[in-house]
Amino acid sequence: MLEQYLSLFIKAVFVENMALAFFLGMCTFMAVSKKVSSAIGLGVAVVVVLAITVPVNNLILNYLLQEGALTWTGIEGAENIDLTFLGLLSYIGVIAAIVQILEMFLDKFVPSLYNTLGVFLPLITVNCAILGAALFMVQRDYTFGESVVYGFGAGVGWALAIAALAGIREKLKYSDVPAGLQGLGITFITVGLMSLGFMSFSGIQL
Amino acid sequence: MGIRQTLDSLEPHFHKGGKYEKYYALYEAVDTIFYSPPDVTRTTAHVRDGIDLKRIMITVWACTFPAMFFGMYNVGLQANLAIADGFNAMSGWREAVTMMLAGGHDPDSIWANFVLGATYFLPIYLVTFVVGGFWEVLFAMKRGHEVNEGFFVTSVLYALILPATIPLWQVALGITFGVVIGKEIFGGTGKNFLNPALTGRAFLYFAYPAQISGDAVWVAADGYTGATALSTAFSSGMQTLTDQLTWLEAFFGFMPGSVGEVSTLAILIGAAVLLWTGIASWRIMLGTFLGMVATSALFNAIGSDSNPMFAMPWYWHLVVGGFAFGLVFMATDPVSASMTDKGKLIFGALIGVMTVLIRVANPAFPEGIMLAILFANLFAPLIDHFVIQANIKRRQKREVAGTMNEETT
Repeated sequence: MLEQYLSLFIKAVFVENMALAFFLGMCTFMAVSKKVSSAIGLGVAVVVVLAITVPVNNLILNYLLQEGALTWTGIEGAENIDLTFLGLLSYIGVIAAIVQILEMFLDKFVPSLYNTLGVFLPLITVNCAILGAALFMVQRDYTFGESVVYGFGAGVGWALAIAALAGIREKLKYSDVPAGLQGLGITFITVGLMSLGFMSFSGIQL
Repeated sequence: MGIRQTLDSLEPHFHKGGKYEKYYALYEAVDTIFYSPPDVTRTTAHVRDGIDLKRIMITVWACTFPAMFFGMYNVGLQANLAIADGFNAMSGWREAVTMMLAGGHDPDSIWANFVLGATYFLPIYLVTFVVGGFWEVLFAMKRGHEVNEGFFVTSVLYALILPATIPLWQVALGITFGVVIGKEIFGGTGKNFLNPALTGRAFLYFAYPAQISGDAVWVAADGYTGATALSTAFSSGMQTLTDQLTWLEAFFGFMPGSVGEVSTLAILIGAAVLLWTGIASWRIMLGTFLGMVATSALFNAIGSDSNPMFAMPWYWHLVVGGFAFGLVFMATDPVSASMTDKGKLIFGALIGVMTVLIRVANPAFPEGIMLAILFANLFAPLIDHFVIQANIKRRQKREVAGTMNEETT
């Protein structure tokens, strides 16, 4: 049991890294990776959001949406109700609500991080990595326990990738990039080369 | 007329407004091969040392020579052994050259082995040098930076980590990717974040896996399949490996593999020079070595019934595959490694751990050192960042403690 969770975690962090294997959440990945400190802040925020939303969405799927999930209400004929077509809507709703709460929390207790993240904090709502993780969870039929581990692992993987990218971009400040490639151009190439480095994990069977 | 006079008489043509203004980078490269660069500090308050970037790079380049020459000999030896076993030699011009210079395929003759190996390695190196040099000079001319000996190192390291039978057009493609995407678009030597030689190799590895991995590519004899020591250990276990090959043979390098990586002994000769001159960081080497030893010991202790690689002890990890070569020449690349002292140890340890992890746990790749170094390159700046932050915090604390002490006394 524990071993299974551990391998799922490692898989979510390295083998199926959200940013460098699936290229999800690219907009924030590119935009907030100029400084290591703010990149780590955003990374932690993504970890928190993912670790909460994936299990919550798992509960919603299993107890509200799936075919026959409503049997527990005792309503007659509930076992025939299939609400999965509401999936996308409810996942986004959950994510938006949790990001809102996180935003209020940061505004109150960590104002410096709140100010650095700026508009990208509410934008976590539409970060594809977050919704992507929820949809992967649905697709792969994770149990509640697995979805906790998967959400946390996917977040850690994304945070690790953005921290590494921020480190590299701080170093690349001293580079002499051709005019046409400066800014996002070289960042895209950097991310491509990074995913070449992460290829070392592809093929690991866990 | 001496070289200096020739160069001096040519020089005006290359300056601004001269006939060959565009080719100044080329002139400068030739000039500084023979003489120290003209921009030398002359006033006080400077440390002057004969060893500048160019000398560093040339030293590294020279340090690969033992591995290179042994590699050529070994490529020939492996091929000739296979041919003596009844396999056909590859036909073509290589055969003609070998016949002319050595007169046969005798595995006992050092000369015959060496000539045959050279007909494989030298074209690879030549193509690497010409194609990579073309990009280097093109970028230097267009972007106005100097052509420096960093490319000597990149080219020789890249050529040494290829299998001998690789098609030459792939060699050209790989070095193009390594030099252009891995280095030049970031602004040239010192400004990239990945090791360019490994970037090129990794590109080939994922683009053309059939010609760069597997069992058929290492020995240059028609139809012969000779597994590398690592893939033997992976597929059949340590027992089979030790039956085929003693540890000393592996240490000296009499086994199939990429040209330069086979002989740990030859690589260690280069390593000794690099360490003695202080060019390569002993911290990175030590970190990588310890990381490898610790991880393989851990896997030994865990053990596994299904995966024979768990049982490979550290002294075998050291001599098979490209570990020694990567440890000495690739991991210590001062540009893409961590810069801080503590960071170097951590960076090295990350490489060691990842190498064994990929070798043992990832069935897709028998060899791990290349990807491990690329992976560690990604995290090198981040490691530096944390080391520096920790140092700042420590000093701030000391500062605060110091002022408090003054107040109390």
